[in-house]
Amino acid sequence: MGSWQDLPADSVAKFDHELAPVLKRYPEDRLASAMIPALRIGQEIFGHLTPPVMALAADRLGVSPARAEEVATFYVMFNTRPVGRHVVEICTNVSCCLTGGDRIFEELKRKLGVGNGGTTADKRITLREVECLGACSTAPAMLVDEEMEERLTLEKVEKIVGSLS
Amino acid sequence: MSETLILTARWGKKDSHALASYRADGGYQALEKALGMNPSAIVDEVKASNLRGRGGAGFACGLKWTFLPKDVRPRYLTVNADESEPGTCKDRYIIEHDPHMLLEGIAIACFANDIHLAYIYIRGEFAKQARMLEAAIEEAREAGILGPRLLGKVDFPLDVHVHRGAGAYICGEESALLESLEGKKGYPRLKPPFPAVVGLYGKPTIINNVETIANLPWIVAHGGAAFAGLGVGKSGGTRLFCVSGHVNRPGVYEKPVHYNMKKLIMEDCGGIVGGRQVKAVIPGGSSAPVLTGDEIDVSMEFDALKAAGTMAGSGGLIVMDESTCMVRALSRIAKFYAEESCGQCTPCREGTPWMEGLVEKIEHGHGVPGDVDKLADLADHIGGQTICALGDAAAMPVQSFVKKFRAEFERHVSERRCPFGETAWGKTQETREAYVGGIRY
Repeated sequence: MGSWQDLPADSVAKFDHELAPVLKRYPEDRLASAMIPALRIGQEIFGHLTPPVMALAADRLGVSPARAEEVATFYVMFNTRPVGRHVVEICTNVSCCLTGGDRIFEELKRKLGVGNGGTTADKRITLREVECLGACSTAPAMLVDEEMEERLTLEKVEKIVGSLS
Repeated sequence: MSETLILTARWGKKDSHALASYRADGGYQALEKALGMNPSAIVDEVKASNLRGRGGAGFACGLKWTFLPKDVRPRYLTVNADESEPGTCKDRYIIEHDPHMLLEGIAIACFANDIHLAYIYIRGEFAKQARMLEAAIEEAREAGILGPRLLGKVDFPLDVHVHRGAGAYICGEESALLESLEGKKGYPRLKPPFPAVVGLYGKPTIINNVETIANLPWIVAHGGAAFAGLGVGKSGGTRLFCVSGHVNRPGVYEKPVHYNMKKLIMEDCGGIVGGRQVKAVIPGGSSAPVLTGDEIDVSMEFDALKAAGTMAGSGGLIVMDESTCMVRALSRIAKFYAEESCGQCTPCREGTPWMEGLVEKIEHGHGVPGDVDKLADLADHIGGQTICALGDAAAMPVQSFVKKFRAEFERHVSERRCPFGETAWGKTQETREAYVGGIRY
């Protein structure tokens, strides 16, 4: 594991500033509860979760870096490797496929020239297939940078994805 | 008799999510009434209401509360807003349209059970809903409803916080949720002890689904008996049914808990697109055993669906028309469980990818004689063999699909191809207008 002291000091200060109010939500002797929010803040500031970023979260919560890595690698919304400037995640679970989600995903892969989990050469977009997003009645659905878009058609998706810079 | 709407009554009103609008419609009066009651009397009303858990298990809510040990403090409330079961999309709309109804329910549950700290565990993908909840909590805090004194009147401190997950189906399982809330990966715990006895931080903890809690203000306001009277037998009230798939009007419908499934699909949802026939319905989220089109003339009450060999689960109905390939559908479901197995127990960790591979092989026409039996046998060795119910959840779709649509699986093997070809997801794949609590989406 890398050391969090190697991270830029101003980014670390930003991390601490954003983490402080979150810590107040949990009992004083249970700060480790803030692991998911801490890693989310880390990901937002540093782009993806490198060993030093995980070590930073662990240090502030008073647990071993292994605990941070365990969480960072368990949950699918955490990236331990670099991703594109935007992350587009298409649901292909049953309800979405019954309404065309699979065709949208296949077409998007073809248009962007990437496979599942791939990033375009210009680092603009990382495309991923994801599991049920809880938008089954308004399927198909996708997340664009963690914000949900529903009732998708191929035209709508192409317009949204095309507008990402 | 006009329909009684508990959960969706205010959806679609202007600013229905705002505190002012909620109060204008009588919001927080149930809490005021509750604060004048003996806490044990509130628990009695909830017991009398026959409110059963809306997250999937259908456990009696009032009974669950009585499992809290008498003398151990602190106690915690965790509200399960993880909503990840494929086919389920209801809790998010409660949060979007009426978050204060949920907060009032939380305050009532906490007052009734002497709890001073509550967490709402919301799935990571619901970023907008998490923000809306946080805004509503802030509103309630500023208005003095939550905080050091409930409603600014009773010396009963209550803090409510939102805890957003980061993408893991398993965290909807109550003990995995607790592990996740403690800052760990979501590995389910061995039960017993149940969370009511040893829960969050090792303390007694109530875990209820969002929809379950959202019913509490109505129950306190109108009495448990009135709620029970809306349902049948041991199931009271209305519930939110989420309908997706090949129906003309997919959406979220609030109906009495024992509403007829066929009526919901053929009348409320306008039947199947193009007038086609229903081939299959998964009635309670993707874990629930599938029903054939001939089996849907049933009550959706918990015990009625259990008698029909399936489960009411989370109320998520996935409807497939006659042009859908059942092997393709199962192939996707099997992939989901393989993807989401947390990896703790060997039968599930190893068995779910094996099932996924086998169904995919059959779907693509590479199956050999004996594969269908092998698939069913595999599922039988996962169900019941794991720490949490997710092993069963992975096994039940496989077992039921093979049992009810066996000829279709065999046909894939004997013809060495998918007989449905390009249209295996059904001939209708177009997005349709959805109706969520009466609002057109």
